[in-house]
Amino acid sequence: MKADAKKELEIIACKVRMGVIESVHAAKSGHPGGSLSSSDILTYLYFNKLNVDPKNPDMPERDRFVLSKGHIAPGLYSVLAQKGFFPVEDLKTLRHIGSFLQGHPDKKGTPGVDMSSGSLGQGISCAVGMALSAKHFGNNYNVYALLGDGECEEGQVWEAAMFAANKKLDNLVAIVDFNGLQIDGTLDEVNSPAPLDEKFKAFGWNVITIDGHNFDEIDEAFNKASSKNGKPTAIIAKTVKGKGVSFMENQVGWHGSAPNDEQYEIAMQELNAALAKLQ
Amino acid sequence: MADTVKIATRESYGNALKALAEKHDDFIVLDADLAAATKTGIFKKAFPERFYDCGIAEQNMVSIAAGVATTGKKVFCSSFAMFAAGRAFEQVRNSIGYPHLHVVIGATHAGISVGEDGATHQCNEDLALMSVIPGMTVINPADDYEAKAAVFAAYEHDGPVYIRFGRLATPVLFDDSYKFEIGKGVEMKDGNDITIIATGLMVNEALTAADALKADGINARVINISTIKPIDKDIIIKAAKETGAIVTAEEHSVIGGLGSAVTDVVCESCPVPVKKIGVEDRFGYSGPAKDLLVKFGLCAENIAKVTKELYNNK
Repeated sequence: MKADAKKELEIIACKVRMGVIESVHAAKSGHPGGSLSSSDILTYLYFNKLNVDPKNPDMPERDRFVLSKGHIAPGLYSVLAQKGFFPVEDLKTLRHIGSFLQGHPDKKGTPGVDMSSGSLGQGISCAVGMALSAKHFGNNYNVYALLGDGECEEGQVWEAAMFAANKKLDNLVAIVDFNGLQIDGTLDEVNSPAPLDEKFKAFGWNVITIDGHNFDEIDEAFNKASSKNGKPTAIIAKTVKGKGVSFMENQVGWHGSAPNDEQYEIAMQELNAALAKLQ
Repeated sequence: MADTVKIATRESYGNALKALAEKHDDFIVLDADLAAATKTGIFKKAFPERFYDCGIAEQNMVSIAAGVATTGKKVFCSSFAMFAAGRAFEQVRNSIGYPHLHVVIGATHAGISVGEDGATHQCNEDLALMSVIPGMTVINPADDYEAKAAVFAAYEHDGPVYIRFGRLATPVLFDDSYKFEIGKGVEMKDGNDITIIATGLMVNEALTAADALKADGINARVINISTIKPIDKDIIIKAAKETGAIVTAEEHSVIGGLGSAVTDVVCESCPVPVKKIGVEDRFGYSGPAKDLLVKFGLCAENIAKVTKELYNNK
């Protein structure tokens, strides 16, 4: 990936992270850890991959994105705001009564949200349905779904994986945000779904494992996924939960809690410093 | 009635899908390894390229249907009522119901009349489970004609629809003169002494019961309510006002189905005595469907008995 394009993505990803902190702080609840681990992938998708138009969010031929790990809505909302689907300022209404930014994605209320999600395991199946529809009715768009690693403990994920391979849905890419932590602890402490690469391979998928914070590797993986070979593609993205905010990194406690005012200030200072360095 | 034509509504479902597909190419059908039993196999045989088998994975099937619906295409998905409404309840609620997507769930083998397969497969809870989901339309057709009409209406409808079909062949009650409409009940027999409101295969039993009651000098009105939700309040309130007592009859738990819906309307708008006939708070068991229906009191004789008692105590 060209250096200037990469730098531009890094700048946007930093702003996306700021939006996550702003919104979760304003909501006094939400899920910053996974939002931050997914920020680079979300940024790449919306600024380098997806054929979407913020001025025409329901464009029939658009690529689809399903946030299967719906709890990281703050990450999705922040990237949608950066892309221009709605004002960045609106992020501060997250989880407030009357806001169009619900605690988990609501396709009826939020421009750019292709599917309501939040109940784990269902989003990947919905993405499979979209990919099936595209294949059956002769549409050319691609479908992308972002899953959590803990989410892969849901049996429905594997029902979806089985079906997608059986129906040769090579217009489908599932990305797993592999940050290694879930609410009750590390994956191993809880009920690890690893090794995910071998599992997806066994289910008949192309599998690419990458560093989910390295835009070169992200770019290469999505380009590979575009070369259709009759199989769906799983990108296992190794990430750091809480990435970009020092005291949140690799801390399971930041899965679903909001920073207080003091923590908010520190987090924003760190992200502002990172942004200044990039610019 | 030796010349009565009997057709299972699951058969009607398969035939209706095929007929619909001959006119429209903008929908697909999903099943979960039960095409031969749900009768989506009739559609599959005629339009194999438009049929997708999801295998034994109902939760995935329901969410896939939701995904298809988000793309503006129409989709039917089918399994037994136990698995479509029961096993995949949360997928129906969150993948289909919450985004209010136009998915038609065709659920067969509902109720006690599944017969020999026994309690694990006799779903007496589906109407309750589906009715409680906001925005869900719930239809329980009474016969072949109404079942087919419900499929056509559901195709044109906007939003999620659950249609319940049966395994047992039951008499055809309607003909072309009947104009089915979602949300509209139908007066099947006039009468002002008492009202029997029935749904599904119990409509025919209610009509037989009304004939028997007539011999005892009781003129029972019979109403068919096929749309459990949204329920036809007007026809229920009118019956309550004009006949003063209501018996409900359904092949479903007495909790959360037709009886509960009718009772809600009556209590709020025109309180009169209501007696509910249905499966009491218990599981079913194996046996021939017809014998089970009698055992559980889901038959004309019991409807007549209960109606007579309520009329005498009115």
